[in-house]
Amino acid sequence: MIDSLYMPYLMRIEKITCEAPGVKTFRLKFVNEEDENKFSFKAGQFGEYSVFGAGESTFCIASSPTRKGYIECTFRQAGKVTNALAGCEEGSVIGFRGPYGNIFPIDEWKGKNLLFIAGGIALPPMRCVIWNALDTRENFNDVTIVYGAKSVSDLVYKDELQDWENRKDVKLVTTVDPGGETPDWKGEIGFVPTIVEKVAPSAENTIAVVCGPPVMIKFTLPVLAKLGFKDENIFTTLENRMKCGFGKCGHCNVGKMYVCKDGPVFTQAQLKDLPDEY
Amino acid sequence: MNIERRLVRKNSLEKLFEILKQNKKSVFAPVVKNGKASFKTVESFSTVAEDYIQTTQSSKELVFPRVEKFLDYEKNGKDVSVKGFDYQNVPDTVLWGVRPCDTIGFGALNSIFNWDYKDEIYNARLAKTTILSFSCNKSDEYCFCTSVGGNPGSTAGSDILFTKLGADGDYLAEVITEKGQAIVALAPGLFEKADTADKEKYLADVPVKFNQKEISERLEKFFKSEKWVEASLKCLGCGACAFVCPTCACFDIQDEEHGKTGSRMRCWDSCGYAQFTVHTSGHNPRSVQSQRWRQRIMHKFSYMPERLSVYGCTGCGRCSRACPADMNILEHLISIQEVKL
Repeated sequence: MIDSLYMPYLMRIEKITCEAPGVKTFRLKFVNEEDENKFSFKAGQFGEYSVFGAGESTFCIASSPTRKGYIECTFRQAGKVTNALAGCEEGSVIGFRGPYGNIFPIDEWKGKNLLFIAGGIALPPMRCVIWNALDTRENFNDVTIVYGAKSVSDLVYKDELQDWENRKDVKLVTTVDPGGETPDWKGEIGFVPTIVEKVAPSAENTIAVVCGPPVMIKFTLPVLAKLGFKDENIFTTLENRMKCGFGKCGHCNVGKMYVCKDGPVFTQAQLKDLPDEY
Repeated sequence: MNIERRLVRKNSLEKLFEILKQNKKSVFAPVVKNGKASFKTVESFSTVAEDYIQTTQSSKELVFPRVEKFLDYEKNGKDVSVKGFDYQNVPDTVLWGVRPCDTIGFGALNSIFNWDYKDEIYNARLAKTTILSFSCNKSDEYCFCTSVGGNPGSTAGSDILFTKLGADGDYLAEVITEKGQAIVALAPGLFEKADTADKEKYLADVPVKFNQKEISERLEKFFKSEKWVEASLKCLGCGACAFVCPTCACFDIQDEEHGKTGSRMRCWDSCGYAQFTVHTSGHNPRSVQSQRWRQRIMHKFSYMPERLSVYGCTGCGRCSRACPADMNILEHLISIQEVKL
């Protein structure tokens, strides 16, 4: 029923998972089968999710393109739209426009080691590419995931973390900030940059994907540089304020780039050429 | 197509207007009220302003309305039904009396709305619009179209351009497009042959004030200049400059709810607003006004030329006329040209 760029697909909330305080994951199914049949996306892309009457909000698609028939999004209750989303029940219909933006160039990473570094609520935009890599595991060498949050309760995707922990072909390191641990916590205690320095694989033939709050990224990048990672081998995904998602509304314009069109995925080398307006 | 030159007698304009109305065209034309000209949907030729330099608002609202409804929805329990944009109701419109600095602006809007994804709603409105522009016989100190590639008699973006040949003269009508020819076909008797009429001597004299290409090249190295702070100290962040601009097209998308029904719409927005870039977390990539003023100038004179091959300024001068703090874009651009790099 797409009759303009702004017309959303209607999506039914099939499943709601509470990930952490104020953080939920929705599994969304297309209401109209023909919409589902023509829909496809790639890891790294995002969409505009809407509650009719409250408005639209931008998140990455958090599920992998290798898992067909649904998409997932994970969001924290923070503003008007995310609060309205959080108030939705299973079976409710919401809007979705997308997919928009560029992708993680996972096809170019064949034969390489992958190092995923995420902090807090920034695991969701990376979960898509992690599952994409794990579902095509034979294409990659070592896979390392470093995931940190303020406290144990702030870690999202707890079942999947257990799943990754159990896999022999994934090295998962979880950490919480000092003071955020529980008595039975078996992971690391410390900030993400420190843990990365301790557990990161050699930079040789390795791609690093980093997503997290600005302060985590700020202190992780020098660590990666020290470990020998080149800027063009460090990827991140930006989260500028957006409205349209396709390069018209002007909100996410940074320098000559539109985060929605040229991103959201950028290498550190690309970001160095951009004004510091993200 | 080649431009066809025709002569329209001064007292034939009213007949043309009436024929347009008889053909069920909506006519959007400048009307003067309390000394200010603004575009309105007009029914009678007597209300159309002729002697004005510039309207306060540009005519962009015809193709990019201040509020554009994308869809209506109705909630029924957990289900929602949605009705999309009503293309049938886009009126067949003649934009009458617009200046060349606005018609050139449609080129910039076309690029923004079509450079990648095609905006069907914008395109539907433009397709139903015929642009009858009028050359400028006079200008004021805010005008600088000739510095940004335009001129008071430019045909760019128009379907027919009328130029008044002398204070009490007839009009040269330059028929530029097929849409323009379709208007001539409605009233062929009003468009006489005009072989010798020379419009140039009747046009306003708008001197060139800066070199646009040089400004663009300078801006590449100017991002970190302290001039931005100095130039924007007066800025209130009111966004008036963006609202009156013929090429500013930034927008917000908002829902309006009335019980179980409501609609989603886009509304004009401005990069001059603090909220334009603020994240839900509170982080604001452009947290101070000088960064936002810089974005406005960089976007128009550096980013758009590079990405869209079109400038985001037509030299209409509206932003300077409208600014409540008396900021002047022309003075600012000249000062950028004069700075030693």
